[in-house]
Amino acid sequence: MTALAAMQLTLLVPLIGGLLIALCGRWPNLREAVTLVTAAVLFYLVIQVFTAVELGGSEAAALYVELLEILPGLTIALHSEPLSILFALVASGLWIVTSVYSIGYMRANREKRQTQFYVCFAVAIFGAMGVAFAANLLTLFLFYEVLTLSTYPLVAHKGDDKARAGARTYLGILLATSIGLFLPAMLWTYFVAGTLDFRVGGILEGKIGEVGATLLLLMFMFGVGKAAVMPIHRWLPAAMVAPTPVSALLHAVAVVKAGVFTIAKVVIYIFGTDFLLDVPHEVIAVYIAGFTIVAASILALRQTNIKRMLAYSTISQLSYIVLAVLVLTPLAGMGAIIHIVAHAVAKITLFFAAGAIYTASKKTEINQLDGIGFRMPVTMGAFAIAALSMIGVPPTGGFVSKWYMIAGAFQNNSYFVLAVLTLSTALNAAYFLPVIFRAYFRRESVAPPKPHGEAPAPMVAAICVTAALTLLVFFLNGPLVNFEQAVLGGP
Amino acid sequence: MIMDNLIALLVIIPLLAAPLCLLLPARWSWLLTTAVSWLVFGLTILMLYQVDSQGILSYHLGGWEPPWGIEYRVDALNALVALIVAGIGAVVIPYARLSVRAEVAADNSAGFYAAYLLALTGLLGITLTGDVFNLFVFLEISSLSSYILISQHRERRALVAAYQYLVMGTIGATFLLIGIGLLYGMTGTLNMADLAERLQEVEQTRTVYTGFAFIVVGASIKLALFPLHWWMPNAYTYAPSVVSAFLAATATKVAVYVLLRFLFTVFGVEFSFRSEFFQSALIFLSVAAVLVGSALAIVQINVKRLLAYSSVAQIGYMILGLALLNLLGLTAATLHLFNHALMKGALFLALGCIALRMGATEISQLRGMGKRMPITMAAFVIGGLSLIGVPGTAGFISKWYLALAAFERGWWPLILVIVVGSLLAVVYIWRVVEVAYFQESEDQSRCEAPLSMLIPTAVLALANIYFGLDTRLPLYLADSAAQLLLGSAP
Repeated sequence: MTALAAMQLTLLVPLIGGLLIALCGRWPNLREAVTLVTAAVLFYLVIQVFTAVELGGSEAAALYVELLEILPGLTIALHSEPLSILFALVASGLWIVTSVYSIGYMRANREKRQTQFYVCFAVAIFGAMGVAFAANLLTLFLFYEVLTLSTYPLVAHKGDDKARAGARTYLGILLATSIGLFLPAMLWTYFVAGTLDFRVGGILEGKIGEVGATLLLLMFMFGVGKAAVMPIHRWLPAAMVAPTPVSALLHAVAVVKAGVFTIAKVVIYIFGTDFLLDVPHEVIAVYIAGFTIVAASILALRQTNIKRMLAYSTISQLSYIVLAVLVLTPLAGMGAIIHIVAHAVAKITLFFAAGAIYTASKKTEINQLDGIGFRMPVTMGAFAIAALSMIGVPPTGGFVSKWYMIAGAFQNNSYFVLAVLTLSTALNAAYFLPVIFRAYFRRESVAPPKPHGEAPAPMVAAICVTAALTLLVFFLNGPLVNFEQAVLGGP
Repeated sequence: MIMDNLIALLVIIPLLAAPLCLLLPARWSWLLTTAVSWLVFGLTILMLYQVDSQGILSYHLGGWEPPWGIEYRVDALNALVALIVAGIGAVVIPYARLSVRAEVAADNSAGFYAAYLLALTGLLGITLTGDVFNLFVFLEISSLSSYILISQHRERRALVAAYQYLVMGTIGATFLLIGIGLLYGMTGTLNMADLAERLQEVEQTRTVYTGFAFIVVGASIKLALFPLHWWMPNAYTYAPSVVSAFLAATATKVAVYVLLRFLFTVFGVEFSFRSEFFQSALIFLSVAAVLVGSALAIVQINVKRLLAYSSVAQIGYMILGLALLNLLGLTAATLHLFNHALMKGALFLALGCIALRMGATEISQLRGMGKRMPITMAAFVIGGLSLIGVPGTAGFISKWYLALAAFERGWWPLILVIVVGSLLAVVYIWRVVEVAYFQESEDQSRCEAPLSMLIPTAVLALANIYFGLDTRLPLYLADSAAQLLLGSAP
C-alpha cells in the first residue's frame, strides 16, 4: 500500500468503522470489537504515512491529493507533513487506549445509548484525521466543523438539564467563533494571498500590512475557539458534563489539540514565522496567551470538582502551546510541538484517573479524595506521574517541552514568557500537589458505604499505558525531535 | 416533434392540465399534477441540454416571425431559472398530497391543484418568453393563481394575507404594464431583442426614462425589494406550507429574473446604469435589505415569518450582486437564485412537516423537536447552515462569489455587510436550534413526518450539501448567464 492511499484511508476507515458500529449495535461485544479493530487499523495506516514521510524522498513529497475542486482555487485537499502526522499519531494512538478504557467505563457505569456514543466517537476521529491531513484552510475548516458537530451529542450524552446546558454553551461558542471569526479570517486570507494552501514559509508575506496581519492573527486566535484562549474558553469547562472517556480523548486530546494544531499551522504555514517576526504588534497575541496561562491556573486553584479543575488546567496548558508557537524561535516551536504530545498523554491519564475514581467510588470532588491512594494505588500513582508532567518535573514529558520553551524564550530574550512560565509552574504545583497529598497522606474520614478497590481491569490497563507514555516522552524524545525538525527548518 | 416544440410544451402542458384537474374526479387531481410536474421537469432538463449544445434557442409561437409574433427565447439564464421552477415544482408535489389534505379544505383540493398548475404555467411562461407583453400576461396568471393558493389555508388569516398580496401584486403588475406600454409607445415593438435595438434610437427621451422607472419599481415590488417587501411576511406565514415552499423558492426568483432581463437585455447596462445614482440606490437598498431583513428575522416568534424576513435579506444579496455590475457579481446573483431556492425550499418543507404534526409554526411549538422529529430538524439545520453560508453548503458558494465581486470592486464595507448579515443569520437560526434541541417538551414521543413528506424535504436538504461541494452545473449556467448579460451591452 502506498502512503498516499494510506493517507486517504485514514479518513475512510473511521467512517466505515462508525457505520459498522451502528450496524452491530445489538451485539455489544461485536460492537466493541469493531471499535478496537477500527482504531488499530487506523493507527497502522497513520504509521504507514509516518514511515513514508520519515524516509523522505519522492513518496514523501508526493503526499498530496486533491479530493474535490469546489470552485477554481478552492479545493478540498489532503497532504502530510511532520506536524500533521504528529497530530494524527497522537489522536489515533490514544483512540486505541481510550477505546479499551471506554469499554470498561461505559459498562461499569451502565451508560445509556452506548451505540450512539461509539458512533459519534468514530465520526469525531474522522474529523480529527481530516484536520490533521488538511492541505489548506478550507479543508481544515470543514473537518473542524465536523469535529464540533460530532462531539455535541457526546457532550449532551447524559440527557439531563445540566448536560443540555453544557452542550448548549459548547456548541454555541464553538460554532459562533468559527463562523464569526475563523471564516471571515479565511476569506480575508484568500483575498490578499489568492490561495488558502499551507505552504512552507507562509503565503502572506508582503501581501498584508502590519496592522492587518496583527488583526488577522487575532481573528484566527479567537476564531479557532477550540484552542480555548481566553475569553473563548468557557466551552471547555462546560463540556465536562460529558462521560469521562469523552473528556479524556476529545477534550484533552483530539478537539483541543485540533485547536492548537490549527493555530500552529496558521502561524507556520499561513503567516510564516519569518514574516510574523517583522510584525511588531504580534506581541499582543503573546500577552493574551500568557494571560490565559496564568488566569486559567488561578481559576483551577479554586475548583472543587476534579474534572473542572482538569479543564481549567487544560485551558492553561493549551495556551502554553499557543504562546510557544508565537515566541517564533525554533526552540520554542519545538517546545510547542513536544507539548502537544506531552500534554496529550499526561492529561488523558489524569482524566482516566478521574473516571476510574468515579467508576470505583462515585467520587467527583477533590475534598472526597482523602486516603484514596491506598484504595486505588495504581490509579493514583499514574495520577501523580501525570500531575508531575503538568508541573514540568523530570522524569516526565512535561519537563522536556518546558525545557525547550524556556530555551526558546531565552533565544528571543522574552522575559515576559519566562515570567509566565515560572509563575504558572508554581501555580500548577499549587493545585496538583494538594490532590496527591490528600490521596496519600490523609486518612479517610468516613469509610465508603461499599469498600472498593481499583476500577475494572480495562480501565486500569489504559491508565498504565498512558502513564508509561508520559514517562516515555521524557526518555525517548530523540526521534520525535529529529522528525519534527523539518517543520521549523533549523536547530 | 417533441424536441421541436419543447419550449412551447413546457408552458402548454401545465396550462391544459389545470382545467383537467377540475374536470376529473377530485382524487385524480393530485396524481395528474404530479405527472405533469415531473414531465415538465424532464422536459426542462432536455431543454437545458439543447441550450448547452445549440446556444440560444428561439421558438416562434404559431410560426409567426418575430418581432411580429410571440417569440420564446431561451439562453443560459432562462434555462437556469426554468430549472429552478420546474425542479422545485417536481420535488414539492409529492410532498403536497398529505400536507394539502391537512391544511386545505377537502372540497377545495381539486381547485388547489388547478391553481398550482396555473402558477407553474405562469412562472415558466415569464421565464421562457421573449416578448414583454406576453411576460406581463404570464405574470398576471402566476400572480392571480398565487393569490388563490395563499388564500386556501383553512385559517381565515390567509384571506387577509392573500388580499394584501393581491393589492401589492396588482400595483406591481400595473406599474410593469404602464412601463411596457410606454416602451411600446416609443418603439412600436414588444419583442425583447427588437426593443433592445430600437430603444437605442430613442433612449434619451423622457418617456423611456419614465418607462424604465415604472418597470424597475414594478419588478421591485414583485421581488419584494426592501422597503417594498411588506406583503411578503404575511403571505408566506399564512399560506399553506406547500405554497410557502413553492413560492418562496420560485416566485421571487422569477421576479429577480424579470428585473435582470429588463435591466441588462432590454435596456442594456449602458442605459440602465448611466447614472451612478441608480447603482448607488440599488446598493443602498440591498444593503438595507440584508441588515434590516436579518435583524427583523431575529425578533420573529413565528418561524415561517422569520424565514420570510430572511428571504428579504437574501433577496438583498441577489440585488447587491446585480448592482456590483461585474462578472463575479452577476454570477453571484444568478448562483444565489439557484442556491436560495434550495435552502428556502428545504427550510419551508421542514417547517411544513412540523406544521403537520404540531398544527402551528410558532417557535415555542418546536420545543424538543430535535428528538421528536430528528430527520426533519436535521433538514432544517442543514438548510439553516446553508442560509448562514457555512462552507460545504450551497449558501457558501454564492456568498463567496459575492464577496469576491465586492473585493474586485474594492468595496470593503460591502464585505463587512455580508459578514454581518451572515452573523445575524447565525443568530436567528440558532434561536430555532436552541428551542428544538435544548428545550424539553412534555410529550417526548417520536412523531416524524410521513415518508412522502420526509423524502422531498431530505432531497432538498441534501441538495444543499451536494451543490455546496459539486458546483459545476449551477456555476456553469450562472457564469454563462452573467457573461451573456454583460455581453449584451452595446
